[in-house]
Amino acid sequence: MVDFAMQANPAQSQAADSRARALARFKLSDAVFGWVTRLSALTVLLILSGVILSLFIGAMPTIQAYGLGFLTSQSWNPPLEKFGAAPSIYGTLVTSVIAMLIAVPVGVGVAIFLTELCPPALRRPVGIAIELLAGIPSIIYGMWGFFVLNPFLQGVLGSGLSLFTAGVVLAIMVLPFISSITRDVFETVPPMLKESAYGLGCTRWEVIRSVVIPYTRVGIIGGVMLALGRALGETMAVTFVVGNANRISPNWLDPGTTISATIANQFGEAEPGLYTSSLMTLGLLLFLVTFVVLAGARLMLMRLERRAGA
Amino acid sequence: MTFATRTRTLFAAAGLAFVAAAAPALAADITGAGATFPYPVYAKWADAYKKETGVGLNYQAIGSGGGIKQIQAKTVTFGASDAPLKGADLEKNGLVQFPMVMGGIVPVVNLEGVAPGQLVLDGATLARIYLGEIKTWNDPAIAKLNPDVKLPASNILVVRRADGSGTTFNFTDYLAKVSADWKSKVGVATAVEWPVGVGAKGNDGVANNVMQSKGAIGYVEYAYAKQNKLSHARMINADGKTVAPETKTFSAAAANADWSSQPGYGVILSNQKGADSWPMTAATFILIHKQPQDPAAAADALKFFDWAYKKGDKLAEELDYIPMPQNVVGMVEKTWADNIKDSGGKPVFAAGH
Repeated sequence: MVDFAMQANPAQSQAADSRARALARFKLSDAVFGWVTRLSALTVLLILSGVILSLFIGAMPTIQAYGLGFLTSQSWNPPLEKFGAAPSIYGTLVTSVIAMLIAVPVGVGVAIFLTELCPPALRRPVGIAIELLAGIPSIIYGMWGFFVLNPFLQGVLGSGLSLFTAGVVLAIMVLPFISSITRDVFETVPPMLKESAYGLGCTRWEVIRSVVIPYTRVGIIGGVMLALGRALGETMAVTFVVGNANRISPNWLDPGTTISATIANQFGEAEPGLYTSSLMTLGLLLFLVTFVVLAGARLMLMRLERRAGA
Repeated sequence: MTFATRTRTLFAAAGLAFVAAAAPALAADITGAGATFPYPVYAKWADAYKKETGVGLNYQAIGSGGGIKQIQAKTVTFGASDAPLKGADLEKNGLVQFPMVMGGIVPVVNLEGVAPGQLVLDGATLARIYLGEIKTWNDPAIAKLNPDVKLPASNILVVRRADGSGTTFNFTDYLAKVSADWKSKVGVATAVEWPVGVGAKGNDGVANNVMQSKGAIGYVEYAYAKQNKLSHARMINADGKTVAPETKTFSAAAANADWSSQPGYGVILSNQKGADSWPMTAATFILIHKQPQDPAAAADALKFFDWAYKKGDKLAEELDYIPMPQNVVGMVEKTWADNIKDSGGKPVFAAGH
């Protein structure tokens, strides 16, 4: 019946033909497009697993030689081939904690000021200045920390090159991440909510504490996570000011080291074998520490969301 | 001129330029890698040598450890190390080792009101500072050595290398010779487990850290102390005499050395006897394969070293390095002739005298 109709009306069949062709073309281009994007996504996964795999292979000799003892040993002695990661892990966590303790309150404070309290004329310049902070290369923070902050803190606290100084430099580096993301999410709070709260007689502090921050909690934690990720892995600026001393000291004003600083200092000289492998293992550990911290934050977020939803 | 002819001329010109550019490339650069300690003087020699002969030197100052690695991997014609390799290691890798130039390691301090050379230290005190046993500048042990210097009550900030380093090797070797505690607790190596202090990368890193931190003490190759106008300390040497770091005392330490006593001239010049000897003098060494893969390149390198031995003394002294004494040069060049041979067993380079 259809065949007959097509034969009977060549013009109509021609139209159907070109329509089918167009459809086939669309289908093809759609399929190609789909595959290209799928490939892009796969590339990321491939690179990620490749990095993990090569780190793991590089770390194998160390894992075989020391096992879990690598995590707890405080010794780092290349000539004797005694390697341990404890001081590096400790320093990485301490400097990041110090950075967060400083940067989170300040960053959120900046965002509150910019969205709630700032005179409109000031809003743009301050906002741009904070975003500029994010664009400064880390080596410059390192130089500034070494030549300016280090002598200053030495005068004030009696100790210039320390875990604390590294934490302060990191805090300044991650501040823009926290404040600009927090500001952006604060701006998404519907004015109706805030105005209702004001209408109920809430003070500004109460509005911010009970309306704005709960509403944007997820976004704030996202910004903090991003900042923490950068703080954990930052290398150059930390290497300048952390003191590069491979030891665990409960006093944060003492010099220490971080995973990335140890790698940066020693990769050039490392001989093949256990030395290089230990540095690779440190790299793998940094990867894992970052992963665990970020995954933990993600979990916390999910739980918060579930509770908010219930 | 038509377009075609113009293009042709252009091509011809380009061809000429290419030939001209290719010609000097035939005299290939000498490649080497290793210690940072002698880098300033190697660079200066290379510059003068290139002007004279047209042969350049491509030296990567990546540290002694890296230099040893690269010569073992045969990626360079020669390696350079401040810490001499042991005879067995030389044998195993088929390497010849010889000293190229000497220099001094000096303690540098950042103390307000203390002029360069004013502070006096001895080996035992220096070791106790680096062990963390002496914590403040007005400690009786330092005060006893410096009755005329007003020492502050501030804490001592110990600065040392964060990377593996031949300078550290020679420094720790000296401390181990003068302090039994240092020998048993820390030891001698290019990188050790430092009991105290902050780490910095390279000689210039240590110099910078000392400059930036009041109350700091560090150790650097002398040229770095001088260039950065750091306040160096004088030392009490093995004979109990107080000496200042200068060409004279570095040479005095070198003069007493018995170079033939160690395989590969691996003599360590720390804590040498002699009234004028600077206690932390060090030689820096060249490593080259006994049977080089590319005999012509090895010959080029030896020619350069021969030139440096003969004509490089003044340039070295300008930078406060100490040239090798004439008799040592004679011994080294005999070693070359006896040991560095091509596959046919012929010496790759014969030094003319």
